[in-house]
Amino acid sequence: MTAASPALGPEAGRPARLGGRDSSWLLWLAIIATLLFLVVSPFVYLVMTSFTGEGTGGFTLDNYVAAYGRERYVQALINSLELGMGSALLAGVLAVPLAWGVSRTNMPGRGFVRMLVLATFITPPYTGAVAWILLAGPNAGWLNKFYVLVTGADAGPFNIYSFPGLVTVVALYSFPYIFIFTTAALELVSSEMEDAANILGAGTWKTMRRVTLPLALPAILGGLIICFLEAIALFASPAMIAIPARFNVVTTQLFQFFGNPVRVEVAAAYAMPLLGVTILLVLVQRLMTRRKGFVSLTGKGGERRPIALGKWRWALFGYAMVVGSLSVFLPYLFLMQAAFAKAWGRGFSFDNLSLRNFHFILFEHATAALSVWHSFLFGGAAATLGAVVTLGVAYIVTRRLVPYAEILGFLCVAPFVIPGVVLAIGFYAAYAPPPLALYGTSMIMILAFTTRFLPIGYVNASSALRSLNPEMEEAVRVLGGSRITALRRVVAPLLKRSLLGAWLLMFIPATRELSTAIFLYGPNTKVVSVMIFDMSEEGNFEYLAALALILQVLTLPLLYIGQRAIGRDFMLRRTAT
Amino acid sequence: MSKLVLKNIGKRYDAFAAVSDFSLELQKGEFVSLLGPSGCGKTTTLRMIAGFMPPTSGTIELDGQVISSPAGVVPPERRRMSMIFQSYAIWPNMTVGQNVGFGLEVRKVSRAEYDRRVDAILDIVQLRSLKERYPAELSGGQQQRVALARAIVVEPEVLLLDEPLSNLDANLREEMRFEIRRLHDEFKITTVYVTHDQSEAMVTSDRIVVMNKGRVEQVDAPHVLYGKPQSRFVAGFIGRTNFIERDGAMFSLRPQSIGLSRDKPAANGVEAEIIDRAYLGEHWDYQVKPLGETKGLRVSTAPTIIFELGQRVWLEIDPATMVRVE
Repeated sequence: MTAASPALGPEAGRPARLGGRDSSWLLWLAIIATLLFLVVSPFVYLVMTSFTGEGTGGFTLDNYVAAYGRERYVQALINSLELGMGSALLAGVLAVPLAWGVSRTNMPGRGFVRMLVLATFITPPYTGAVAWILLAGPNAGWLNKFYVLVTGADAGPFNIYSFPGLVTVVALYSFPYIFIFTTAALELVSSEMEDAANILGAGTWKTMRRVTLPLALPAILGGLIICFLEAIALFASPAMIAIPARFNVVTTQLFQFFGNPVRVEVAAAYAMPLLGVTILLVLVQRLMTRRKGFVSLTGKGGERRPIALGKWRWALFGYAMVVGSLSVFLPYLFLMQAAFAKAWGRGFSFDNLSLRNFHFILFEHATAALSVWHSFLFGGAAATLGAVVTLGVAYIVTRRLVPYAEILGFLCVAPFVIPGVVLAIGFYAAYAPPPLALYGTSMIMILAFTTRFLPIGYVNASSALRSLNPEMEEAVRVLGGSRITALRRVVAPLLKRSLLGAWLLMFIPATRELSTAIFLYGPNTKVVSVMIFDMSEEGNFEYLAALALILQVLTLPLLYIGQRAIGRDFMLRRTAT
Repeated sequence: MSKLVLKNIGKRYDAFAAVSDFSLELQKGEFVSLLGPSGCGKTTTLRMIAGFMPPTSGTIELDGQVISSPAGVVPPERRRMSMIFQSYAIWPNMTVGQNVGFGLEVRKVSRAEYDRRVDAILDIVQLRSLKERYPAELSGGQQQRVALARAIVVEPEVLLLDEPLSNLDANLREEMRFEIRRLHDEFKITTVYVTHDQSEAMVTSDRIVVMNKGRVEQVDAPHVLYGKPQSRFVAGFIGRTNFIERDGAMFSLRPQSIGLSRDKPAANGVEAEIIDRAYLGEHWDYQVKPLGETKGLRVSTAPTIIFELGQRVWLEIDPATMVRVE
């Protein structure tokens, strides 16, 4: 450097001015308004509507009387609780051994088992339910046919259209939640903690029982709670299985309140226990997994060596394959059979093979192909809006740009406690009537999807931002760059990958979302999940299977991009749920 | 006129005072360190100078203009300062050249001048050959030099350094102290340097501000601080010392100011016993106890002066080396 250039800063000519306020308050207002619109207003309308007289508009408790006045309505509530408990426990039995095997032992095929869990995780519940109708439908189901073939009996024992059938199907497609929670916790237990037990004389099993499992227990219980909540909020599988079996759960009962005529006030009142139970259990779950001193003791520092299981490693692997067969191999085998069959009941033979179903879905059916497009369009728009909002809020919160910023963060994660069907009723109550009259528009679908996946976006955006040292931005500012320059030149490039990941984590579930869509779609905004649901009601299993497979195949490139951008396990991290 | 003036600066968080009543004037081109244990408020003070946080009392002036007061602050980007961060804050998405040139780019200097100044500073910090590399490929010391180059190339009015060497290993740290001082002598940038390491401060600084619990203990040149500490805290923090109470007053006596001998000295001799010793290569570290006293004293001697445990010795103390402290 030469002495010739004088030390002039960019503002050297101007006198220093105190208190230069920038216009970031505008952005701040826009974000508050968006959150009010997406989160607060549907929630407020939901509660208000439950106390509003049908047609009269006045305050009333009649809706609650109507919602809980009949025994079968109350029975549906009890059914939901039983479904939640049964499927959460079964999911725990499926998930915990797999999680332990994958994260802590020398079980063979650990990567493969992880892949199977991922394949289960990205299988929409309705696709899984349909596959299990093909497998375990009374008489015609493949498992029954096989049973008759082997034993010579008159009929097979399996009947998916039953309470145990529903519990099984729900558990099979929600166990990945427990798997994710448990592996995350187990991967924080360092081998040194186990070594400490070993050196004091405890063997492998004793160590696992006394040290490893207790450390992971809060996470396992947390996973069970999440599974329970998923099960009671689920609409698709109960609608496909419980209704033919002639019993109701809360979500299917809500759907019936939404039938002709739409009784949104009664539905709102009836949604309250679902909302209350969810809020309560999420609080319990947070308290449990947040307790300091558990698991978080060592952080990621500790080294982890796989535990040698000897010949038991094959037993564990066998168990994993049984789980994989029930959730992935058998369901997809028979979905494919149906998708490529002229008639699925005619079985595996060359003259039953056909591409007719795919051709029909893609080129002949009036709305099927369009519904796929809608799903990706609405999902993409929702993920983009969600990413912008959550990144904005996460930035404001982590950098403490405004007082009480934590409230904004709270609003972003609040939809986590609102089941999809309840959220849909809130959106309906808030935005279906004039002046907005959004019912049946693409807009209401996009906004509802955005709200539904806001928590995923926020958790990811804020963990990405927390990993970024604020000094990176401060360095821009001391050198004369504004906050906007810092965002554009440093924050955005550095967070590119994690933002893409957050976008995908919102986009992928949004493309298959059913529980909000079923309440909000109109004739011109049908999405693929609704299409599949309709086909199942019509019994078009060949077309349905073809459409479900198309949806899964379209998801594969997204998974590939996500894994390339942010790592192989990006769907199976804690922040993904 | 002073370059940078801090007048009665304070920073309170509710009941906790991170910094109180901090006043300091820096002359143009002066190198001043803020030295103190962690939590003493030195980084808070530096961040107030940078404009990242407003003071809750007092003002900061640059060239006679108020740039910080409780009423508001000129934002960091308009202060024409630059800063070196503890984490270096090298942007991993930009090459070494882009990192270094960023400030010039923001200042919209011409392309030719941009190239000339970036290359010149990279030559000075010996990183010219790494200009196109990305930071992840650099060693800690090289990243440190990128941070230095990036801060200096804009020729800031004031250069701020926040514990810049704390992430380097011991040898490199020693080397970089001299590097920082050399760059300062070359560019004569007014500099505020925050550190908790007294030798870093002593090597680099014209003056050192010793801070404790948010307050200034003493501001002086390094040799004055060491030779004439005003408070017990400063005497204990800068180097090692013995505290001796005499006639109700407290005195500091450096271990190397005490002579040890077998024979009684001509004057000021005190008989003592060796109660502990450690050999540290460059010197012996003895713990001695004057006869009849309960408290021991530390004495440093040349490695050739050897006494055994329990041996009786004579201490020789020059009263002029005893400094009265608060």
